Amino acid sequence: MSGLHAQTAPFVRDTMLPPEPPPAMQSGVVKWLRENLFSGWLNTILTVLGFVIIALLVQKFLPWFLHSVWDAGSISECRAIIEERWGPGAEGACWAVIRERWPQFLYGFYPAELYWRPVLAFGLLLIAIGPILFTQSQRAATSFITLVAALTFVSILALGQHNVLALVFVAALVAVQVFAPRRLMIFTLLYPAVGFWLLWGGSVWIPVVAVLGFVLGWLAFRLIQPAGGSILGAIAAVLVPVFWWLFAARLAAGALQGVVPLGIEAVRSDRFGGFVLALTIGVTGIGFSLPMGIVLALGRRSDMLLVKTLCVGFIEFIRGVPLITLLFTASLLLNYFLPPGTNFDIILRVIIMVTLFSAAYIAEVIRGGLAALPRGQYEAADALGLDYWKAQRLIIMPQALKISIPGIVSSFIGLFKDTTLVIFVGLLDPLKGITDAVRASIEWKGAYWEPYLFVGAIFWIICFSMSRYSMYLERLLKREHR
Amino acid sequence: MSDPHAITRKIDRRHMQVSDEVAIQITSMNKWYGTFHVLRDIDMTVNRGERIVICGPSGSGKSTLIRCINRLEEHQSGQIVVDGTELSSDIKNIDKVRSEVGMVFQHFNLFPHLTIIENCTLAPIWVRKIPKKEAEETAMHFLEKVKIPEQAHKYPGQLSGGQQQRVAIARSLCMKPRIMLFDEPTSALDPEMIKEVLDTMIELAEEGMTMLCVTHEMGFAQAVANRVIFMDQGQIVEQNEPKEFFHNPQSDRTKLFLSQILGH
Repeated sequence: MSGLHAQTAPFVRDTMLPPEPPPAMQSGVVKWLRENLFSGWLNTILTVLGFVIIALLVQKFLPWFLHSVWDAGSISECRAIIEERWGPGAEGACWAVIRERWPQFLYGFYPAELYWRPVLAFGLLLIAIGPILFTQSQRAATSFITLVAALTFVSILALGQHNVLALVFVAALVAVQVFAPRRLMIFTLLYPAVGFWLLWGGSVWIPVVAVLGFVLGWLAFRLIQPAGGSILGAIAAVLVPVFWWLFAARLAAGALQGVVPLGIEAVRSDRFGGFVLALTIGVTGIGFSLPMGIVLALGRRSDMLLVKTLCVGFIEFIRGVPLITLLFTASLLLNYFLPPGTNFDIILRVIIMVTLFSAAYIAEVIRGGLAALPRGQYEAADALGLDYWKAQRLIIMPQALKISIPGIVSSFIGLFKDTTLVIFVGLLDPLKGITDAVRASIEWKGAYWEPYLFVGAIFWIICFSMSRYSMYLERLLKREHR
Repeated sequence: MSDPHAITRKIDRRHMQVSDEVAIQITSMNKWYGTFHVLRDIDMTVNRGERIVICGPSGSGKSTLIRCINRLEEHQSGQIVVDGTELSSDIKNIDKVRSEVGMVFQHFNLFPHLTIIENCTLAPIWVRKIPKKEAEETAMHFLEKVKIPEQAHKYPGQLSGGQQQRVAIARSLCMKPRIMLFDEPTSALDPEMIKEVLDTMIELAEEGMTMLCVTHEMGFAQAVANRVIFMDQGQIVEQNEPKEFFHNPQSDRTKLFLSQILGH
């Protein structure tokens, strides 16, 4: 009885406890080591084993790195230098191959006197996406764009191909970013035309009429939509540009070129190779597969049976087929189907296939994001009277894309690495196409590791940057929305 | 005392007038989920200025009923006319009704990627095409009314449940709706936050808003409702003015329900 009473004895707190700092952490290197590396006999063995393996690897490869030769005219000269410096039988890296042939890895067989054009195209690409990469912070965007502009300047000057017009243009874009940042988005929208024109060259009217197609599509939508409704408007907005590009654009460009001949030297597609090729295909694929993936994901969730069936069919077909099959289709089969005499650029065909391939995967990633949104978000958007497209654009997509960022970036990284597969349709990708071309020369026959390591390192830098950017974006959005 | 949220304040009844104008007319409406008959032959007229509380056990179809009024749920037979517009599969009619009828959800459903003020101005700007500046002024006006203007630039995730629900009410009001639907607005709230939301709803009633409210807050019903509807198994079982409904329930089903929720 007394025990019972002890537990139910009335209690009233008369002083509230103030918060106190937590006890000092028992930290230190020794504690960390013990907890993480030597917490038990099994872990101790594994740790020791791990160190042994690392040591063996270092012992094997470190001398090879230390015995690097940067200055030699051929692989045999390289070997002679290594032997002379570190004794007979010594192994060493012959980076001289990279030093001599790096332009080929970067530009393929692009005409050497025009190297400034891919450099400028790449610089402008980064400037164009700057405002998108750093939407949250004006200052970050400006610093990024200024840095890129400066690097572009330096690179073009270092190439010794001073193109004053190009440098003025880059400077003008930086000025736009500083004084009227929102206007830079116009350049971002126009960039695809500018970039392709810089890479392939030719008449300036070709990109102009290509952009005109989009303008015509927009006009068609504005004219038809009030009378015929959104669906008819959308159909017109697709059909009008397609007809323009297929039938009228070439004539219009020719006529304009006849009246005002303006242009830069044209570069044929078979001169493309190396990272210029990989980046052209990769960046275009990334740029177009995201919007296409969004449309496919929405289509797959649509209530309209036809739209849904088409989207499901497309996604499942593309995902069920290896990319190489699609590339072969692009390079061989399309020629049979297209009318004879059509010269449909091989790089363009490959870009289309890579884009379709990646779009199917991105669609599934985004569908996952859409499925993760609570139904209440759709209902709240509906209850406020937002129509389907506005609800998607303003409420659903911003949240679904945020959830899908890691998956989308994974797809992008995969796509970029998959660009090396274009070797199978005869394009000179940096990994195999160019390294083989380099090794085909008598001087560098037998240089195995160095070219692969060099190409691999560049791929790694680009992919790692994408991955870090995605983590930055995730952290930013998480902090903001909570 | 059984009701912890009993309304003790004085209600200003000057503007709480029911007019003859019909706001919502529901005639022999039926709805099924698959083969399950959720709403059975519902007939209901709501006049402008009415404050109706709908209650009933869970699964009785009360939420489904008010969600049919702005067509978050589709009915399969019968007729629903809201403000003179009949709800059919015509999307134009649905959008028209939705922009006139505000809705507050049990789980608030604020847009987590937008700030409070953006939540409130989104629909006015994109649906009503009101200039941004004007929409923001309206939003601030209603945020002051629900007593959280200082949170305008925070994100929903930074607010308490009660604050979020008041924002949700403000967000609906920014569309200047003529009818407000409340779907269990206090059921997901911690007890100490229920009162602040009920207070906001009472103020709305005092201004003469037409309200349909699915709730178990009987104190609220007694204080502001002019009619209480009791539903069970997809049907309207009993409806009466609050005093009669609580003190003199007619059907056995109602009596049982009241004894369960009031607990005396």
